[in-house]
Amino acid sequence: MGKDTLSINETRDMMIAVANKIIEAEPILTDADRALGDGDHGVGMERGMNAVKEALEHQEFASVGKVFMAVGMAMMSSMGGASGAVFGTLFRSGGKAVKDAESLDAAGMVAVFKEGTEGVMTRGGAKPGDKTMVDALLPAAEAGEKAAASSVYDALVAIADGAEAGREASKDMIATMGRAKTLGEKSLGKADAGAVSVAIIAATMRDYAA
Amino acid sequence: MALQKLINDPLKVADELLEGLVEAYNGECKSVGRRSIVKSEIPDGKVALLVGGGSGHEPIYHGLVGRNLADGAACGDIFAAPPPNIVFEATEAVDKGKGVLYLYGNYAGDVLNFDIGAELADDEDIEVRTVLIWDDVCSAPPTEKEKRRGIAGLVPVVKLVGAASQTASSLDELEATAKKAVLQTRSVGVSMAPGSIPATGKPTFDLEEGKIGLGMGIHGEPGVAEIPMSTADELTPTMLDLVIKDFEDDEEVESLAEGDEIILFVNSLGATTMMELLIVLRKAKEYLTDKGIKIYDVMLGPLVTCQEMTGVSLSITRVDDELKGYWDMPCQSVCFSKMEGHYGG
Repeated sequence: MGKDTLSINETRDMMIAVANKIIEAEPILTDADRALGDGDHGVGMERGMNAVKEALEHQEFASVGKVFMAVGMAMMSSMGGASGAVFGTLFRSGGKAVKDAESLDAAGMVAVFKEGTEGVMTRGGAKPGDKTMVDALLPAAEAGEKAAASSVYDALVAIADGAEAGREASKDMIATMGRAKTLGEKSLGKADAGAVSVAIIAATMRDYAA
Repeated sequence: MALQKLINDPLKVADELLEGLVEAYNGECKSVGRRSIVKSEIPDGKVALLVGGGSGHEPIYHGLVGRNLADGAACGDIFAAPPPNIVFEATEAVDKGKGVLYLYGNYAGDVLNFDIGAELADDEDIEVRTVLIWDDVCSAPPTEKEKRRGIAGLVPVVKLVGAASQTASSLDELEATAKKAVLQTRSVGVSMAPGSIPATGKPTFDLEEGKIGLGMGIHGEPGVAEIPMSTADELTPTMLDLVIKDFEDDEEVESLAEGDEIILFVNSLGATTMMELLIVLRKAKEYLTDKGIKIYDVMLGPLVTCQEMTGVSLSITRVDDELKGYWDMPCQSVCFSKMEGHYGG
């Protein structure tokens, strides 16, 4: 059945769960990035998520949006490089969509992914099909919107399915951005590391809301 | 054989080198926030100049903070862009009420992070403008300058804009000078062997022995061709021709013509010695002089590096009377200093 809504503290704990899951997945992310990029995505995400834990644990927040914005700021400040900026933007832009909300419902959850994705696309200039995190984010946001779910859990089921499908589809794309672009067609067959991270984040959020 | 690097904790390399740099300035500059260096005294009402980028390319970018140079630098980790909070901390520290010009190399990570830094500055009502340096002519055609990388041309550009910032009355004025300096600065680099990542000792790229990567970027980004190892006299005209052709092909600038005056910068990527730079310079001067191009002044040395990377870059900055005036101003930093005027002047 899953939860209808998440309180501010539940939202915070969900994001701590996400941080733990990403830290655990560091070797997977490192391998994914080593195949296509410079191999620093896993370590960068681990560093970012350790900062997220520090920023969230034992803290009280005024709204669910502030939780996401704190996640974004922690990642941005600790990771550096391009991935710190885009993942930071994902959660900062997403958080702004529910800036004053005291609980997170299905519509709010979809808005977080929708606004976050738009923020990332504006910031990074990536389009669908460029083999980036956008290829997991956009299907996730669209699936969430289409589901028109009544509970936050159902919204997250759709979002996580969309992200997973996007991650899988990124295998058939040719990289055109970042360091991976120099590989051209050699990038076929492997998923983008950023898309892998997005899929893990969405699945962990879904599992928390179950 | 593993490289023997004189470091401590591999993860603290960027922090510790900055601590050393601050000590070298002996009070002239100070450390600010998480990882920035700024001049200790910046006059009120000065239009501020902020540079920055990943560490590991010393002496740029942070080594260009100084008298008649940049007011501050936001420093990233090794080969990584500085996060926005660091950019913001540096911005806040150099702002003296007239706004801040960001001047840095065109790399995706830097652009993303400096842009967010500028937004944070905007929240605090600090006006920021950005001029990107994109001098590497081998990284994209002249019609796609937004895809070009910034390499050694950064040094003459920062020198000129740093001088201009001393008297600039507005951010608009400084921005215009910076755009002009960037437009007139073009570089080409070659690589013979990679540098290493300090934390892991691993090479930054692979290049077959006996090959020269023509047009390769300073992190090993692909160039235009891999050519067999050659002599300095063979390679130098090949490199200069690429720069000259770029001035020709680019509709935004005039071709380099007889009588034009230029600053010629011969840079080592790290391991290439001063001996080699001088041999390259000798040929470059002859080749350009034969075309009637006048060398207004010369810069030499390892100023834009990638650890012990083997390679050189040649940069040409065409100077008019305005830019010559800025060039002739003295400047001083721990890593790059110049007396008033110019040789041959």
